[in-house]
This record gives sequence, C-alpha cells and structure tokens, in this order.
Amino acid sequence: MNKARSNPLNTFAMHGALIFYTLIALFPVFVILINSFKTRKAIFREPLALPDADSFSMIGYQTVMKQGDFFLYFQNSLIVTVASLTLILLFGAMAAYALSEYRFKGNMLMGLYLALGIMIPIRIGTVAILEMMVATGLVNTLWALILVYTAQGLPLAVFILSEFMKQVSDDLKNAGRIDGLSEYTIFFRLVLPLVRPAMATVAVFNMIPIWNDLWFPLILAPAEETKTLTLGSQVFIGQFVTDWNAVLSALSMAILPVLILYVIFSRQLIRGITSGAVK
Amino acid sequence: MTALSLKNIHKSFGNVEVLKDINLEVEDGEFVVFVGPSGCGKSTLLRVIAGLEDATSGEIRIAGEQVNLTPPSKRGIAMVFQSYALYPHLNVRGNLTLALKQERQAKAVIDERVAEASRMLGLEPYLDRYPSELSGGQRQRVAIGRAIVRQPKLFLFDEPLSNLDAALRMNTRIEIANLHRQLSASMIYVTHDQTEAMTLADKIVVLRDGRVEQVGSPMELYNNPANRFVAGFLGSPSMNFLPADNLTPGDPRELGLRPEDIRLESGGPIAGTVSHVEQLGGDTNVILQTSNVPITVRLFGQHAIAPGDDVQFGFDPNRAYYFGNDGQRLQ
Repeated sequence: MNKARSNPLNTFAMHGALIFYTLIALFPVFVILINSFKTRKAIFREPLALPDADSFSMIGYQTVMKQGDFFLYFQNSLIVTVASLTLILLFGAMAAYALSEYRFKGNMLMGLYLALGIMIPIRIGTVAILEMMVATGLVNTLWALILVYTAQGLPLAVFILSEFMKQVSDDLKNAGRIDGLSEYTIFFRLVLPLVRPAMATVAVFNMIPIWNDLWFPLILAPAEETKTLTLGSQVFIGQFVTDWNAVLSALSMAILPVLILYVIFSRQLIRGITSGAVK
Repeated sequence: MTALSLKNIHKSFGNVEVLKDINLEVEDGEFVVFVGPSGCGKSTLLRVIAGLEDATSGEIRIAGEQVNLTPPSKRGIAMVFQSYALYPHLNVRGNLTLALKQERQAKAVIDERVAEASRMLGLEPYLDRYPSELSGGQRQRVAIGRAIVRQPKLFLFDEPLSNLDAALRMNTRIEIANLHRQLSASMIYVTHDQTEAMTLADKIVVLRDGRVEQVGSPMELYNNPANRFVAGFLGSPSMNFLPADNLTPGDPRELGLRPEDIRLESGGPIAGTVSHVEQLGGDTNVILQTSNVPITVRLFGQHAIAPGDDVQFGFDPNRAYYFGNDGQRLQ
C-alpha cells in the first residue's frame, strides 16, 4: 500500500476489525471441530475446552464410519452439488447471453419470467414436484435432486449473469463475428472468460444451499443408496437421544469438500477481478 | 470498379428511423470518411455495411456482389474498432491469425501475412505479448494488423483514434494515411472529428439525422458547402453565422464567414467588443461580441489585441456564403 496514505493507527484498526470479524465467523466451525474430537462427557462439561489427553476421543468418527455408508453419502452429495452447479452455470449463462445479446420479441417478458423464480420459493411446489418425479420414475435417483436444484438455481443465475453479460464489449463480439467465429465460439471463448467473476459468484451462492439441503433429499431421494450427507447425518439425531459425537464428526467432515470447492471458486473470482482491472 | 455501392439503404430500430435512403458509391482504392455529430447514424451505417446489422431495406454491394444476406465473415471486409476489441485470451500473434485460421488458410500463407503485417506496423517485438501487456497505441496497431492480414476488399474503421491521446492520435493518423497509400485498398472510416475527416479522406460523406447531407472531396466541401450544416461542421474554428441584416438592413439571408476570411480593418462593416483572445503563437483567435452574435476571427501571426478593445473587421465578399431560411446555400 502507498506509504503516504497509510498511518500505523489506521492499519492497526483495520486489521483489528478484520481479525475480530474472522474470529466471530470461524468460532462456530472451531467449536464443532474441537468437540468432534472429545468424549461425550467432555463435550457437555466444557464445550469450549480443547481436547486434552483425558477428553480426547475418536468415538464420533468411528461411529460415523461404522454406521451407514458414509462415503456413499459423501459421494452422492458431491455428485449432486457439482452436477447441479455445472448445469446452473451452463444453462444460466446461455440464457443470460441470449437475453442480453439478441433482440427478439418478448425478450423482456422472457427475462421477467425467468427472474420470477427468485421471488417464488421452489419448496411451495414440493407436492407437484414429487408427483412429477413419481410419474417420471425419477424418485430415489440423484437426477431428481440435480434437476430440482438446477431449476432452483437458474433464476438468480440468469439474473446476475445477464447483468454482467451486458457489460461485455459489443465490439469484441462483433470482432469475433467479422473474423468468422460462430456464436457458440464467441459465447464460450470470448464472453464466458470475461464474466468469470460473476460465474464464481453464482457458483458460491448456489453451492452452500445445495450442499446443506435436507428438504428435497428427504422427500425425493430418501433411499439408502441416494442419501446425501446432510440426510445421512440425521440418523444420529434422534427424537430422544442424539449422538452428538457422531453428529459433530459428520459435520466436520462435511465442511471439507465445500471448503475445497469454495477455494477453487474464490481463486477464479480473484483472477477474474484482476484481469478485468487492466481492461 | 466500385468497392462498395449502397442503394436506398433504410434502417429502423422499432419506430425510430436511423438511416434514411442512403445512396453511395465507393471507388476502388478510395478512402471515404463518414463524418457527422454523434447520433447521426454513421456508426450504424458502417455496421450495416459490415453485416453486423441488417438493413431494413435497400441493397448493399461489395466489389459488385450483393451481400445483403452474406454473414460478416464472408463479405470480404475487415473492421477496426474504437475499443480495439482484441481477444484478451490470445497473444498478438493469436489475434492476428485467428481469422485466417477460421478461413482455413495454409500455415505458410498465414506466417507470411503475419510477418508482412507486423513488419508494416512494427509489431515484431510484441508478437508473443498479450493485449493486457500493450499500451493503447500498440493495441490499436494490433487491431489494424488484424484487419490487414485478412487482405480484405474493404477496410472499415469505426472511430479508431478516439481512445488515443492527442499526440498519438496524430501519429496514428499519419500511419493510417501511409497504410492506405501502401495497400491502395478501399477504406471506410467513421469519425466525428472533422480534422481526421479533412486530413485522411479522398471523399467525405457528411451525415446528419440519418441522411447524407453532402458528398465530396475535403476541399470541395470546405469551399463549396451545400448547406449551413456542412459549412458549420467542417473547419476549425467553425464558420461564423450572422444575420445579413446586420450589414445590409432588410436582407433576410444568413451570412456565413470562415474565421480566417475575416481581417482586421478599421472602418470595416463588422464592429464589436473583444471578449476573449486565444494566442496560439502562429495564429490568434479573437472572439468578438457584436450587437447580436459572437464571432470568431482567426488572424495569422501575433496581434496585440486585448479583451475589452473595440475593433472593426472587414471581409472579402467573394469568400462570403449566404444561406436561406431552410439552411440551404444560396449562390
């Protein structure tokens, strides 16, 4: 940073505020992590203490590994999340491009129609969706979840991406047309890389709710072989007894993949911002 | 042969008519400049020629061939954009070769054309750089190079210099003029800057509100404008307009005087108070407040005139232009 514009007090205050915020944000995650390595008694006696020689226990992780097919749940969650995100980004970007680039009758109406989904929660249609899935035989398949999540994510994706696509230089697209590139090449090679920050934003926005969703897995795909991680973890939460060790261990492990995906997307986000800055 | 011919071109966006009955011929090897104020339709006309917009009606022929339904890449044109529009993910060589690769040219042909274009434009040291690593002037040269390698029948320039600073603009202007001489290619150049139009063009097309106001060589248009708009648009500082009534009472016409045709003359017919003086060294621009209109006078050399002075000016009647109420020139 420029020396003339910074003074130690400001820098200190700024970093202090940022560190404070980081601590608040990370605290729940920290509590989950340390407690997942403690015995049940220790969890309740001193929830904030670090595991020591006495209280350390891997019992939670052992329970998780023994009970249910944890890795299958894991895999299901990952497939559903990644596939849904891919479809949301692909179709969302294509729809946004069409809406922002081409003049056609009903363009405006189509845009409004697609954005309507932002205002209407998809869960209102759960019964109809379930009936549809039963009719098409998709119940208890991962496809049921992927399709629903794609539908759920598209409105916001189209809305955000079309705003960004409008900012992509017309000259660049026209240069591509004059050089003989097809509309698909222009879309995939010229436009998409320039809206990468927006794509990353959309991906992050959609990823967490999909990964954490309990509603649709419970209704559309509760079978053992299609259970997602969140649904699979529910076996440890009972009406009368809850196996907290197992719940905390399962949650700790569930954080990891989201964290990795998030890191990938946020790197894209940063790269996108810096490459855009130099014009 | 004609490089381009436009017949009765109309273009509307919804209810708004942007181009109204444009007719134009561009001869082979001619440098034609479309000039006009912003919103006059000059860029739209260029985009219609390029095929980026469809004409609502009318016929476009490039090198004798009707191209109304031909996609831009098959029209034999190349275009240079105001914002350079380089492909950000390709280096300079990639930018230059993309169109040729799309045309499936042989590698030897591609290499030869890239070598020639980069030699002409001095791009050799930058071939492996990315657009983000180039300065504005270098980017514009790459954009021009991208047009040259295609060896088009018609070059289209869309305000290529407006993103450059003044010094670079002049250099690039000369470079484009040299390029035109070397390639002896047909070029169409859109600008709102009358200096660019005057210095580059073989033929200027002045547009206003989607209509062609006048077509001709720069000096033809300067010396013989068809109407008040063309007279006022070309020339810097621009032509002075004053009611002829000021000089001969009862005359309903409007008098047009070029700033350089007015001379200091005590007892001259135009009298007024100096409101501002611009000393440029070589020239002196005097802004004069007469009884009803301000008048700009351009005097050659340096003159000791200060704001507040009362002065008189005269002019050569042969260099005066008269315009009717409808803006048309009266001979």
